[in-house]
Amino acid sequence: MQMPIPNADVIARKARVVARLLKVLPADAVIHAERETKAYECDALTAYRCPPLIAVLPSSTREVSEVLRICHEEGVPVVPRGSGTSLAGGALPTADCVILGVARMNEVIETDYDNRLIRVQAGRTNLSVTGAVEADGFFYAPDPSSQLACAIAGNIAMNSGGAHCLKYGVTTNNLLGVTMVMMDGEVIEIGGGYMDAGGLDLLGVICGSEGQLGVVTEATLRILPKPEGARPVLMGFDDNAVAGACVSDIIKAGVLPVAIEFMDRPCIEATEAFAKAGYPMCEALLIVEVEGSDAEIDHQLAMIMEIARRHNPVELRESRSAQESAAIWLGRKSAFGAMGQINDYMCLDGTIPVSALPQVLRRIGEMSEAYGLNVGNVFHAGDGNMHPLILFDANKPGDLERCEAFGAEILKLCVEVGGCLTGEHGVGIEKRDLMYVQYDAADLEAQMAVKDVFDPAWLLNPAKVFPLDASAARRVGALAAQ
Amino acid sequence: MNVVTEQELAEFVAQTREPLSVRGGNSRRMAGRGAPLSVAGMTGITLYEPGALTMVARAGTPLAEIEAALARENQRLAFEPIDHSGLVGAPAAATIGGVFASNASGPRRLVVGAARDFLLGVRFVDGRGVVVKNGGRVMKNVTGYDLVKLLAGSFGTLGVLSEVSFKVMPRVETQISLVLQGLDDMAAVAAMSRAMGSPYEVTGAAHDPAAARTVLRLEGFEASVAYRSARLREMLKESGAEMTLLDEAGSDAFWCAQRNVAAFQQEVGDVWRVSCKPSDAPGLVQRAQAQAHLLDWAGGLIWVRLPAGSDLRARLGSFTGHATLVRGTDETKVRLGVFQPQPAAIARVSAAVRAKFDPKGLFNAGLMDAVG
Repeated sequence: MQMPIPNADVIARKARVVARLLKVLPADAVIHAERETKAYECDALTAYRCPPLIAVLPSSTREVSEVLRICHEEGVPVVPRGSGTSLAGGALPTADCVILGVARMNEVIETDYDNRLIRVQAGRTNLSVTGAVEADGFFYAPDPSSQLACAIAGNIAMNSGGAHCLKYGVTTNNLLGVTMVMMDGEVIEIGGGYMDAGGLDLLGVICGSEGQLGVVTEATLRILPKPEGARPVLMGFDDNAVAGACVSDIIKAGVLPVAIEFMDRPCIEATEAFAKAGYPMCEALLIVEVEGSDAEIDHQLAMIMEIARRHNPVELRESRSAQESAAIWLGRKSAFGAMGQINDYMCLDGTIPVSALPQVLRRIGEMSEAYGLNVGNVFHAGDGNMHPLILFDANKPGDLERCEAFGAEILKLCVEVGGCLTGEHGVGIEKRDLMYVQYDAADLEAQMAVKDVFDPAWLLNPAKVFPLDASAARRVGALAAQ
Repeated sequence: MNVVTEQELAEFVAQTREPLSVRGGNSRRMAGRGAPLSVAGMTGITLYEPGALTMVARAGTPLAEIEAALARENQRLAFEPIDHSGLVGAPAAATIGGVFASNASGPRRLVVGAARDFLLGVRFVDGRGVVVKNGGRVMKNVTGYDLVKLLAGSFGTLGVLSEVSFKVMPRVETQISLVLQGLDDMAAVAAMSRAMGSPYEVTGAAHDPAAARTVLRLEGFEASVAYRSARLREMLKESGAEMTLLDEAGSDAFWCAQRNVAAFQQEVGDVWRVSCKPSDAPGLVQRAQAQAHLLDWAGGLIWVRLPAGSDLRARLGSFTGHATLVRGTDETKVRLGVFQPQPAAIARVSAAVRAKFDPKGLFNAGLMDAVG
């Protein structure tokens, strides 16, 4: 993975930058010793590592503003970091950058049940947002798998999704407002407790901009009343295409499940060996979950099972209790861990139109043979967001490169059938150089023009999202202008 | 100028120097000043996959055509776009491009999201005449910046939409509405807030003070709707209001009228749309000294009718939210501005974004530029 050559001038000025940062932050919030900056050398895309020049841990919007103002004046690139759980390398440092971690900013500022919103500092973890309101019967809907650790700041940067977004949407659909610090230190407020933008929907473009437009320090989030209950049904099929047709029929029938999860045979086998969830050995397994009162759940599950029966399932298992629900979810929730037991793996995140599912799974199977690497598919079937897990051996020379080539080919296939490179993990560095597959130069130019407005010097997370050759003139030009 | 293809649109924009009044059907009378540029000739549904809940259509496709195609598959636009034509007296048909360019949403927006939340992808022509695409036709997509959201609700000021792809939803089996009689604004907002904080999936919460009627919509399968309405009724007993039910037809008629602000269609005067925190609504209504008002979105949306030329924003003063002048004379629109002036920093960023997308300042110039 190519990264820009670090700016030697910036590295040479490290002592001066540290001294300036220490004037605005407490000593324990400025990390500059080499053995300590190493803690920030990577995020959850651990194949790539580079310790930053400095890491800072501000505690307030004012401190973030001071840090950015100094970095702006000194021409130092800044890489914002939530909890470092990005699977796309969104928080990967460069040797000349300041990592700006928001982990110390984790307070709840306001809960407002009358207006069904919560305002939090952006370093707060996703699950602890729900934790702050669940005793009162509310929850925050987006639920990425990393929700125990991941920060709202990172969720906003990546527009994170989760298993339940079929019904509740992703981060952008649940975000009402932000306090954001721009690269020059200016603090702006966008949105708030009302439901739509007063002018241009800047909030909409900030969400998912991967920390390239500003550093979000506070967020107003929509919270929802908890449903009375939820229960899944598990169904197995002996053909991927049939499972795909069943998903389509369920969606068309007007039942709105909160989740439709799909696993293929390699994934079921790995999961069974690891978690022993008692799944049937078959080609495709679906877990469909619905919400409501007990009677409403019974009614919806009956409809769903009626549809499933028309597709000759090899297994149909309706949950009747919390215990049975947990058993059904056990395998799905252990899927990544199970695959990790077998080997190192790379998790992809392309989205496809649901109708293309059988075709895409068949092609992935063919590629798997051609590359000699095994792959298991877990995916949010209701919205077409795939998570192929490619198994490889990190200690075997050439395996990582082969795995990356295989992954790139799968993502190209996703685009070819009408989908996209990434459904919820983000571009980061991982998919940066594949952007041309989905977008042409004019499309990328329009996106980069937005960054030009918010961060004219291209100092915020500059080597991410856009292919390096596409952003080169801007990054170099900005450097020359200083 | 009426264009019929994206290429023609791009070529026309590339060679134009004068301001353009960008519109679809102009059923909202929201287009800016300049020579009219209409995309109403660019029509046609280009892709519809009911099983994937997605549709792609050219921007000028009439909304009615979209809705008819969806109805044939027992589907709908869940954000129930408002039809402004009756309110603003425009005998014109809305286009799907106009729906998204104006982020036109109806009562269900409260729960399911606005038009912008259903827009999956766009193709548009920028102010240089360059065709740009963003997003796609799948429901989860974080590939690059979300210009889809930025274009939604930009009223043509960043680019002229040529094609939109969007998420559609299944129709529900049935609907009913629970009606609470005799509540004032304060009590109505409190009751609506309780309902929205319940697990009973209320999909519309409106209050008409003239009739002292607060209406809560429930949709879904028949048994489920009956169950939830009974629970809701039990829960709202303490409001002291007398409660009745609107059956499916009555409920449908009520929400259709609510969506299109039918109550103000025959009345004279200006019409404003105020987006606010629901709990602030009763206080704002007091400050507005309105001739009439309606609450929607559990209080988060206030429709206000005022004597022609009145400055609602001056009456409201500073508040969390914004006020849009939806119906007024051209003179009033110019004097007061259609959109709420933005704080200086936001206005500066917005103007800079607009200058990037439309460097010649062609599209609906000045429509969204006010600073306050």
